[in-house]
Amino acid sequence: MTSTPVLESVPPPRTEVGWLGWLRQNLFSSFANSLVTSVAGAFLIFLVAGLIDWIFSRAEWAVIANNLRTFMLGIYPISQTWRVWSVILAGSFLIGLGWGVWGRILRSVAVSMSAAALLLNIFPISPATRLYTLAAIGLIALGFVLTRNRERLKRVVIIAWFIFPIVAVLLLRGLGEDNAFLPLVKYDVWGGLLLTFMLAIGGIIGSFPLGVLLALGRRSRLPVVKALSIAYIELIRGVPLVTILFMAQVVLPLFLSTGTSLERSVRALIGIILFSAAYQAENVRGGLQSIPPGQIEAAQALGMNTFLTTVLIVLPQALRAVIPASVGQFISLFKDTSLVAIVGLTDLLGAARGVLAKPEFLAQQVEVFFFCAIIYWVFNYAMSYASKRLEAALGVGHR
Amino acid sequence: MTVSDPTRLYTHARPAFWRDVRVLRVVAQIAFIAVVVIIAQAALANLQAGLARLGIAFGFDFLQQTAGFGIGEGPPFSATDSYADAFGVGFVNTLRVILIAIPLATLLGLSAGIARLSRNWLLSRIATVYVQTFRNIPLLLQLIFWYTAVILKLPSIDTPIVWLGPTYLTNRGIYLPGSLASPSLGAWLAVIGAGSILAVAVYMLRRRYQENTGRSGYAIIMGLLVFVVFALGGWLLNPTRPLIPDIPVRDGFNFKGGLSLTPEYAGLLIGLVMYTGAFIAEVVRAGIQAVSKGQTEAARALGLNDSQMLRLVVLPQALRVIIPPLTNQYLNLAKNSSLGVAIGYPELFSVGGTILNQSGHAIEMLALIMITYLAMSLLTSLITNIYNRRIQFVER
Repeated sequence: MTSTPVLESVPPPRTEVGWLGWLRQNLFSSFANSLVTSVAGAFLIFLVAGLIDWIFSRAEWAVIANNLRTFMLGIYPISQTWRVWSVILAGSFLIGLGWGVWGRILRSVAVSMSAAALLLNIFPISPATRLYTLAAIGLIALGFVLTRNRERLKRVVIIAWFIFPIVAVLLLRGLGEDNAFLPLVKYDVWGGLLLTFMLAIGGIIGSFPLGVLLALGRRSRLPVVKALSIAYIELIRGVPLVTILFMAQVVLPLFLSTGTSLERSVRALIGIILFSAAYQAENVRGGLQSIPPGQIEAAQALGMNTFLTTVLIVLPQALRAVIPASVGQFISLFKDTSLVAIVGLTDLLGAARGVLAKPEFLAQQVEVFFFCAIIYWVFNYAMSYASKRLEAALGVGHR
Repeated sequence: MTVSDPTRLYTHARPAFWRDVRVLRVVAQIAFIAVVVIIAQAALANLQAGLARLGIAFGFDFLQQTAGFGIGEGPPFSATDSYADAFGVGFVNTLRVILIAIPLATLLGLSAGIARLSRNWLLSRIATVYVQTFRNIPLLLQLIFWYTAVILKLPSIDTPIVWLGPTYLTNRGIYLPGSLASPSLGAWLAVIGAGSILAVAVYMLRRRYQENTGRSGYAIIMGLLVFVVFALGGWLLNPTRPLIPDIPVRDGFNFKGGLSLTPEYAGLLIGLVMYTGAFIAEVVRAGIQAVSKGQTEAARALGLNDSQMLRLVVLPQALRVIIPPLTNQYLNLAKNSSLGVAIGYPELFSVGGTILNQSGHAIEMLALIMITYLAMSLLTSLITNIYNRRIQFVER
């Protein structure tokens, strides 16, 4: 019996492993692939080099620096800026608290917010701004330290999150015409990114419950409710948002009694809510349909009535399933707020167009739009990123 | 021992009416209708009072009045035509954008979606960056950017950028080579059409022969042969060009001939295609990923190469998943074309808005605009639903 000699193990060829192997596998695995890589690489180098050259040497960023206030707040009174900062600080603190309680979901948000605040300090900004941004970072850290590993604070933090929008609106809008501490700042004076946020957050808060109601209405066994819900949803989904916004600006005042008048921003917000609710309803309907009928039958067997079944059994499961779709809807809502510029409001895009209408900035379109695009992009990307995290944390699709 | 009547167990007395679900259902619906009617009535009363205050009579008669404004592009229109004509021009302009943008966006989205799944790392990264960039920036911003920061910044008509073709890019518009029909186009189309029909018929016959007998029927070769014979015959009978190339030529302050796109049209088209393309790319990617991995592995095991696998195995199955969301994207594109108003493209909403401002008939005009969009949306979903049902059926 001959024994086979044990072969000495040979390391894999250098071209198959390590970075060389990776290059070979992913970029140059065949002739066609190498060709694609070269063309794409050339295109990329051309693009990136052009962009870098433009950003650092040809673009004139003075237009942004000189009008930063307009972009952020519009014509919000300068003497009241501290109110905006307090809301930002309170928000930072809440994010810090949330980071401590929920951990990973908010960690990236908190970290990137701090990074952005730090980054801002590189630029020559006013001492007050410097103070506020550093305080924001401090508050994020403080919130995190306060709630880390304290599970039972979860409820407190959730309540704080729910109260926050109300407090923020009170702070920003003021308590009354002649209030000495917080004088009234009408919504129509809000502008720039502040207005964009008001419309987006107000739209999200308003459209979600309405969307849930419409979705329940669409699935109702009462034919009248069902028919009206379907008619509303299909009508709204069939027309562009601009027509709804126009409707809210031009026609809505006609429907209200003579005494009442709504501010233009509020009318736009109503238009956005009515529009977004129809899309939200379709998302929620998808979630409702994913609930197996056995759940509802079991609830009925336990003696629950329709209301209890819906609130305790159906909605908690359905809403969890619609998180990804809802966040997608929120993102498009955030983008859609830019359409209020068409009806003459000065949200971020409207403010940008206002700045560009000034004779001295006429040639700076690219800089201004680049700046706005980055702001929109960052918030949308952050939202989709947070949604992915939330999905993973809630285990949607992994049950 | 008292024996209760066993049949009593099965005779239900109807519950009291305030607990009877059947009664409650009707009551709830009546209450719901009542609330809706009361709100609607209050709103209508306000509306009537408001309109009376403004001195506007509700009705569509104003559509016959003279428009008094000009429209920059589209079918011929003069300021003396009626509002209704203006609205029609706006509608045609909307269709002009939608019908060109949909195929272009589909092509772009399909390429980008497939590129995102490419095994070439660099290509898939570039496609990802494209999708993530264009999806996350508002369309309105993109449109204004393309229009004011790109197209209007092109060189003037005296020093145009010249591309192959020749295509001229200027800030007054984009001029592409086009083609005009020659007198023989009709005959040409007839010959080619007849040739194609016959070629397909021959192909199918030979194919059936091959399936029945197992011997090669040379189906493709025979079909092509028939087509070539027809085409050559046509050429020998009438050796003229079917289309005359129409190249844009500088003429005074403008270019004459060829296809010309106004800056507004070009801006809207580019913006819509780039934006919708990014969304379609995601739809395509999701559709392809929905095809189970076993299918691609089986295709590889059978020795199909990449393009065969995509064309014969993956895409036909992915199409089932892709069609419904794709329809949604087309509908979005149609509705988003209304943003042309922001860059001065005279489409449906833009023209409608002008009429609204001039005539003051806000409710009628908005209703008209909304009904038109609604009709377009419903028609599109109807058509795609029919198509969808067909491919679903074939797949089973």
